[in-house]
Amino acid sequence: MVERRPWLNFMTHLVLIFGVVLTLFPVWMTFVASTHPGEVLAIKPLPIWFGDRFLENYSFLITEGLPGAGGVPVGKMMMNSLIMAVGITIGKITVSLLAAYAVVYFRFPMRMLFFWLIFITLMLPVEVRILPTFDVIAKLELLNSYTGLCLPLIASATATFLFRQFFMTIPEELIEAAKIDRAGPIRFFFEILIPMSRTNIAALFIVLFIYGWNQYLWPLLVTTEEDYYTIVMGVHRMLNTGESLPVWDQIMGTATLALLPPVLIILLMQKLFVKGLIETEK
Amino acid sequence: MSEVELKQIVKIFPGSTKALDEIDLKVKDRELMVILGPSGCGKSTLLRIVAGLEKATDGRVFIDGQDVTEQEPGTRDIAMVFQNYALYPHMTVFKNLAYGLKNRKINKSEINRRVKEVAETLQIEEYLDRKPSQLSGGQRQRVAMGRAIARNPKVFLFDEPLSNLDAKLRIQVRLEISRLQSKLGVTSLYVTHDQVEAMTLGHRLVLMNEGRIEQIGEPLQVYESPETLFVAGFIGSPPMNLVPGELNEKGEFNLGSTVKIKLDDFQIKSKKLTLGIRPEHLLIDGTGAVMLGEFIVENYERQGADNYLYGKINGLSHPLITRVPADTIHSVGSTINLSCEKNKLHFFCSDTGSRIENKKDT
Repeated sequence: MVERRPWLNFMTHLVLIFGVVLTLFPVWMTFVASTHPGEVLAIKPLPIWFGDRFLENYSFLITEGLPGAGGVPVGKMMMNSLIMAVGITIGKITVSLLAAYAVVYFRFPMRMLFFWLIFITLMLPVEVRILPTFDVIAKLELLNSYTGLCLPLIASATATFLFRQFFMTIPEELIEAAKIDRAGPIRFFFEILIPMSRTNIAALFIVLFIYGWNQYLWPLLVTTEEDYYTIVMGVHRMLNTGESLPVWDQIMGTATLALLPPVLIILLMQKLFVKGLIETEK
Repeated sequence: MSEVELKQIVKIFPGSTKALDEIDLKVKDRELMVILGPSGCGKSTLLRIVAGLEKATDGRVFIDGQDVTEQEPGTRDIAMVFQNYALYPHMTVFKNLAYGLKNRKINKSEINRRVKEVAETLQIEEYLDRKPSQLSGGQRQRVAMGRAIARNPKVFLFDEPLSNLDAKLRIQVRLEISRLQSKLGVTSLYVTHDQVEAMTLGHRLVLMNEGRIEQIGEPLQVYESPETLFVAGFIGSPPMNLVPGELNEKGEFNLGSTVKIKLDDFQIKSKKLTLGIRPEHLLIDGTGAVMLGEFIVENYERQGADNYLYGKINGLSHPLITRVPADTIHSVGSTINLSCEKNKLHFFCSDTGSRIENKKDT
């Protein structure tokens, strides 16, 4: 339904602006708070305009880190998060592409059984199977390692399903043309299927990166050494200061920094992301 | 030299009847053979078996005298043009044309040379850097043909390549295919359900119905002496008038209550016959040797070049169509004395559908 009436335009803009304000206000408050000294934040009212501690706060966070939270610099934690998020994302996309390729294009015994086995894992997210998964990772001696952080989160039914659905929309004749052009299974996969899935891969990359970046429970369990702390964990640990007051300026600064990579990823890949969601290029 | 030969091809899809029933076919070198038939007659399956995209349940495929039955499509040295073109959407036109060559480990300068040459022949040089989505239907069709030509294969296979084009473009591309095929001299198999395409393009036609070959022959031969009732009804637009009837004791064919046609020239084997007459062979000026009685015009269509009259012969319930020149005007309800030349009558056995030969023909 497309209606063009002035008052309706006004109303829709009002709703949109309200939504934007509602979403951005906490982000604004967080960012503003991170530029003030800690004492200001301990008394009401909270400032709504920038303070003068921007440089000091952020350089301290990035290089040194809070002694109360293990003294890990935020830079290090961000790096850990980045490794985990990228690891999970690339791992998931690789595994899902391969699994979907096998399920859609190859006729092997019990094909559908395997497909449903993958599908069923949708019902078993990490939170449900956390104890056995932890047990496995512990026995493999992967605690406190990047592998341990990424591996259990890599298997993905959603991504496999998404690629399966996409592959099934590719016309049979294209595959036949490739066969006649003497493209074997591996060539077909790398030279035709993957380039054609480009937009889907990009859309999935964004979603999965944010999923990986925001992981909280799993890293909390498998990492005990500060060297492997992730940023989302880090924010939480900063709040557990025991007797002393939480240093809100630092916490807000960390939260702001933690926000940046997902935002950057979305900004950079936005075009492909939207394409992947709405457009079928055929 | 590259012939295609099919021997005793049988295809049975799991859980269904025979899609192809012992097909024998030989396509001569440099020949364009059109496989024609209604949808579901097995013509596409046959083509796909030649391509190697489908495995025959039984029978052998020979290309250039070599048994290729067990070979993969990529090694058969064939090229196929698909109905929806099947271009690689993420590659430029150049890469689309070059892909098959690249996979055959042909060196770069040779690929460049061949693609340029093909692009020139098909007049698609200016699109080489575009992607298929930026091309019109006709241009995509050219690229699809280009991809086939660039490989310089032994056999071209066309799978209804014109059915996604609009009517005007279809004629243009049809002529182009005909021109290219005779220029390149590549043995070709062309599947279509469009009889105009078949008549105009084919050196020879194969008519298929329900997984069997009904007739093989040159287009005019098929038109002028259809071997079976199916062919008679399928080829020609508007279709041949087919009137079922019976022979009387004297060996005459009863057409309606008054008209009797003597059949002494025909080699009759059964009593139930079907008479076939093409609409353009029904004469309205009474000059034919065989008088067919009074025809009452019930309806007429003007198509510009000629008119079609629909109606019935007195005493015959079966409707007939005749084709008359555009300048002859007949109103609904008027009567005409129809006649026909004797050698334009076709008789078929109603039970087996096979043609009854005129002694004079043989």
